[in-house]
Amino acid sequence: MASGELKEKTELEAGLDPDTGEYRVIAPGQTFRSVTEKITRIVLTPDTALGWFAIFSVGGALATMLLVAVTWLFLKGTGIWAVTQPVAWGFAIINFVWWIGIGHAGTLISAILLLFKQGWRNSINRFAEAMTIFAVVCAGLFPLIHIGRPWLGYWLLPYPNTMNVWPQFRSPLLWDVFAVSTYATISVVFWFIGMVPDFGTMRDRAKSPLAQYAYGLASLGWRGSARHWMRYETASLLLAGLATPLVLSVHTVISFDFAVAVLPGWHTTIFPPYFVAGAIYSGFAMVLTLAIPLRKFYHLEGLVTDRHIDNMGKVMLATGFIVAYGYGMEVFMAWYSASHWEAFMMWNRMFGPMGWAYWVLITCNLAIPLTTLWSRKLRTSIPFMFFISIVVNTGMWFERFVIVVTSLYRDFLPSSWGTYRATKWDYMIYVGTLGLFTSLFLLFVRFLPMIPMSEIRMMLPAAKITPKKAAEAAD
Amino acid sequence: MPPREGPYGLLAEFNTPSDLVRAAQQARLDGWRRMDCYTPYPVEEAAEAIGFHHNKVPLLTLIGGLMGLAAMFGMETWVSVWAYPLNIAGRPTYSWPAFIVPAYEWTILFAGLSAAFGMLALNGLPALYHPLFNASNFRDGATTDKFFLCLEALDPKFNLAEARDYLMTFQPVSVVEVDY
Repeated sequence: MASGELKEKTELEAGLDPDTGEYRVIAPGQTFRSVTEKITRIVLTPDTALGWFAIFSVGGALATMLLVAVTWLFLKGTGIWAVTQPVAWGFAIINFVWWIGIGHAGTLISAILLLFKQGWRNSINRFAEAMTIFAVVCAGLFPLIHIGRPWLGYWLLPYPNTMNVWPQFRSPLLWDVFAVSTYATISVVFWFIGMVPDFGTMRDRAKSPLAQYAYGLASLGWRGSARHWMRYETASLLLAGLATPLVLSVHTVISFDFAVAVLPGWHTTIFPPYFVAGAIYSGFAMVLTLAIPLRKFYHLEGLVTDRHIDNMGKVMLATGFIVAYGYGMEVFMAWYSASHWEAFMMWNRMFGPMGWAYWVLITCNLAIPLTTLWSRKLRTSIPFMFFISIVVNTGMWFERFVIVVTSLYRDFLPSSWGTYRATKWDYMIYVGTLGLFTSLFLLFVRFLPMIPMSEIRMMLPAAKITPKKAAEAAD
Repeated sequence: MPPREGPYGLLAEFNTPSDLVRAAQQARLDGWRRMDCYTPYPVEEAAEAIGFHHNKVPLLTLIGGLMGLAAMFGMETWVSVWAYPLNIAGRPTYSWPAFIVPAYEWTILFAGLSAAFGMLALNGLPALYHPLFNASNFRDGATTDKFFLCLEALDPKFNLAEARDYLMTFQPVSVVEVDY
């Protein structure tokens, strides 16, 4: 018993940095070359692991199912979905909001944590950004296929046309077009610019001419000049500073889609902060869902350490409480507004025919994570954190379901009440985007450096400029 | 146009960033101006040492952002007031508070694109060719774990033999002549 305790203690201490008492960001003993080798080898090896093909085939099969479902949708129209009166917004909007929310954690990690000088983010920011982009791809699909005639999607944009018609700039739905398209563009640019120096490394380490050529083109001729690096650092910092207000605005604008309507359950001022916090909450859950198998599969425990898992647990705890405040405030306002409709909406949401969805959401978003994430032991337990990440992702999907469906299906006039039951096409498209996301992410992991090497090098002890030598030089 | 014949410069290789910074500082003190450091990650001290303190990326970003703001706000006003006035629940055609949101997004869009592409343009990238890649040790180290100082032939002080001797005083791993 005593020896068991002792063993546990030393194992714990091995992960701790004696200087700070925190978990180490990078395991000791790494050098510039070892880090570079470790990260480039994953991509440059000619052998693809069998497991990669196994998961890719599943993801690809689901993405093919998406293709089938979308083709049928284009042939038959949105009538194949369950959307009708009174629930005119169904899975498409739920999935759109859910996917965009997942994307937000990537920007949070790459931008906001950069501004806060959180060095630990460096190991996880690249694949968190990749996650953002693929999540935005999945999200952007839904409004496009929901407009009924997607080949006329460009009508959303302001352009001079023979119909002499212009968009209506007072509608939050149009604001969404600009918010989401800007978000997608800036995310892609930030992600690509972040990879340029690493493409340089890949070009120089690649053995095959094809890889040298491809990475050479992608690296834009990067050579690591000190002048280039300084402009690069300034641009990265500025992009981070721009992405921060952007990411907060995107989910705020999305929440306006709901909050501007006069429907009980939507018409509330708590929506913008509550949507943003929920987005970050689910996004960090998705980062964990991806990071935990990745670091295991590619043996990256030295770079994505327990400290990362621990910190992400803390961020989830904090944002989870903001979300809990949002839920509490919705209930409070239903009572405090003294509005019959608001009170009925909340009663119906909790105890009506679809009340089960509300309780799934409370269990997954509040009851399980917010009671357990306090414990450092649980936050550093890898299987538990993987479990929590799935639970929170499920909970956040149900949150969007509850907001959209339970506000709509029983509104002011009882004679117009209805219900909502998703069709197989709804499910196929939703599950299909999960497959699309998985496939894109696997391609990223296989062909692009998933951990930013230059940023990891900066954090190694060898990167310290010795003051003594610098002082000598100044003489 | 830089000359396309003769040497591009002399490239000294160092094992640690401290050695590089020390050499670069000394070279600047000794009057060298046309030189550059090459590192596998940003070393701020190296840029300081070669006398590179300010860059124009923030200015470009600001200009881009203001252009985005003006473009979108102007378009919204023109469309809503003149080109296609619509009565939406009796609101004024010039409902500027509603115009803020797209204008805000375009401020960020233009500023971000200006920062990214402005940085690349100022760096002279993309560049498909650069003489430094002719140095055999450059490609192995510069993007992995080595630190380089290059004295360029365009510097008025540059003389191949003297510059080589000068670089040797910093005890580099190697000094390599780089050709165009």
